[in-house]
Amino acid sequence: MAKLPDRRPETLGGYIVHGVPFPVETDPDSLAFLKQMAPLQIEQDYKITYLHSYGQDSPWFAAASNKKLLASRDPESGYAYATPRGHDMYSGQETEWIDITETPAHIHAFTVCYFGSEEFLPETPYVLCLIKFEGINTLFLARLFEIDPEEPSLDWIGMEVKPRFLRNSKLKPTDVYFIPA
Amino acid sequence: MRPVYALSGGVSKFAKTRQDKNFQAVTKEAYDYAIQDLEIDFPTFTSIVDGSVASYFSDHFTRQLMAGIMAQDYLGLCPKPSHRVEGGGATGGLCFQEVWKSIASGHMDVCVAYGFETMSHVETWKGNEFIALASDASWDYPVGGFYSGYYAMMVTRHMKEFGTTVEQMAHVSVKNHINAFSNPYAQKRNRYSIEDVRNAVMVAWPLTRLDICVMSDGAAATILASEEGIKKLEDAGAKIPRPLVKVTGIGRGTDAMRMSDRPHVEFDTFMEDYATEQEKADDGTRKYYEGLWKKGTRYPGVHSFRAGRTAGNMAYKHAGISDPLEELDFVELHDAYTSSEIQTYEDLGLCRYGEGGPFAASGKAHMPGIDYGVQLPEKPVCPVNPSGGLIACGHPVGATGLMQAVFALWQLQGTIKKHFDDDTLQVKNAKRGAIHSHAGTGTYVTVSILEQEV
Repeated sequence: MAKLPDRRPETLGGYIVHGVPFPVETDPDSLAFLKQMAPLQIEQDYKITYLHSYGQDSPWFAAASNKKLLASRDPESGYAYATPRGHDMYSGQETEWIDITETPAHIHAFTVCYFGSEEFLPETPYVLCLIKFEGINTLFLARLFEIDPEEPSLDWIGMEVKPRFLRNSKLKPTDVYFIPA
Repeated sequence: MRPVYALSGGVSKFAKTRQDKNFQAVTKEAYDYAIQDLEIDFPTFTSIVDGSVASYFSDHFTRQLMAGIMAQDYLGLCPKPSHRVEGGGATGGLCFQEVWKSIASGHMDVCVAYGFETMSHVETWKGNEFIALASDASWDYPVGGFYSGYYAMMVTRHMKEFGTTVEQMAHVSVKNHINAFSNPYAQKRNRYSIEDVRNAVMVAWPLTRLDICVMSDGAAATILASEEGIKKLEDAGAKIPRPLVKVTGIGRGTDAMRMSDRPHVEFDTFMEDYATEQEKADDGTRKYYEGLWKKGTRYPGVHSFRAGRTAGNMAYKHAGISDPLEELDFVELHDAYTSSEIQTYEDLGLCRYGEGGPFAASGKAHMPGIDYGVQLPEKPVCPVNPSGGLIACGHPVGATGLMQAVFALWQLQGTIKKHFDDDTLQVKNAKRGAIHSHAGTGTYVTVSILEQEV
């Protein structure tokens, strides 16, 4: 019978520090002194690739990649959602798709982000806004361009805007963004 | 439902980082303090407590699933029943109410709520990313997910709609920071002026760094009991101060995750479904709101939190409160942003919708006897965030709502001096207070009323 390994293979690499300070003897005084030891900290990476499904909202992204802006609407009440929903929150019924690419729109609220989450830090400062479409009951969160992020003003609220689409779709809600009309 | 009493609580030191201990040991600081405040020893309390509820928001921050059971284990509570609750920033408030339910239902006699968050394990910008994942990952996050940005959008609408000013928002920051100056548990104990707040680094227009709470490591714990539970503890030697503090009101509300989906209801619907009893009864207020609607206001839109209004109305009805400003002696509310404190004044009926800005600068929500360095036209009526709130105490998410419960309990026990070693923040003759816990862009909101038993 082959000899079974009695040691885990050693490798260099991993943590930067080799030889962590520690008392030479583990006598009671030395062990008690460990209560004064500063905490050790290590780095841990964590990276995941998700397969994210847009599910029933998928047609919206297909439309945006073809330069069309869709919304959803309850077929009976006509209550319409600028950010699509598969089912109406009041009737519980399945919604239908409508095309709002040419629907007049204006800024309902906005901000300029000078700081942000790690993923978006390279894009700062960027303008976030909630868009109100004429005849549509709910809003749509989007980026705003062709406006100076260093000169924000409450006067931007109410400004008429129009959609513009990425030439190369990323299949993200940012495939559509807005500029002053 | 049986009467439920809050008996004791503990709060760990909130700090930017608590790398000296892991989350279990930080939680134990708060838990041990709550037990010691009952003047009962650990094994005796362990033998009496029936179970617990764990409160923490994000598995990402600890990079640890099922962290709740690790705290339960470290606190020596196994094999007693427990579960974890999670509802964003309202996690602590939800936890408090779950413990209330366990006791009110008769399922338990003594139950502990504990909560924690260790946000220092990642850089601030990564932490902001984790928090932003508490927005719709298909529709909100990819557009530039950043909670300060979301709240900034709300406040630009509030400013446009109601004329709220950045200086009024800064009043909240000045008040809460100066309150926290006398709170040894607070993370930020600084005195700021209105100018300091406005001249701070702009994060998301018009919110500056001093309009926004910070990320924290910390924990808090609260022990609740039934009358039978109190008897068991006292029979075992616990010292529970009288008058007792009773939980007399519980309210919760919700709203759509995507704030773009929030409705914009007409006047009649607002008055029927959302107006407070006080607003419904007052002709002047009715006319005031008619005027707002004529100018285009619709409710809640993105300027108001109907989840907060729903929770407040429910809790007030439960507690028999009709005029919260006059009938509450203090409020500890979820001021993740100065703007959201202003929005919440309105949701909780401390003032009318649209009047939160002037209310913030009026002095009504300030503590008496403290020099805030600003001119306040009116006397304090109902101090809001006497502890310093999230803006100054910090916001270790799972602990925050329970921190509010502990500070409220100490106010009602009249023991702020004992716990803070300073009575500056003791609300004199505090008989009744409210705690308000708030998640996301207003998705889950809880309001709980605590009061001295007569």
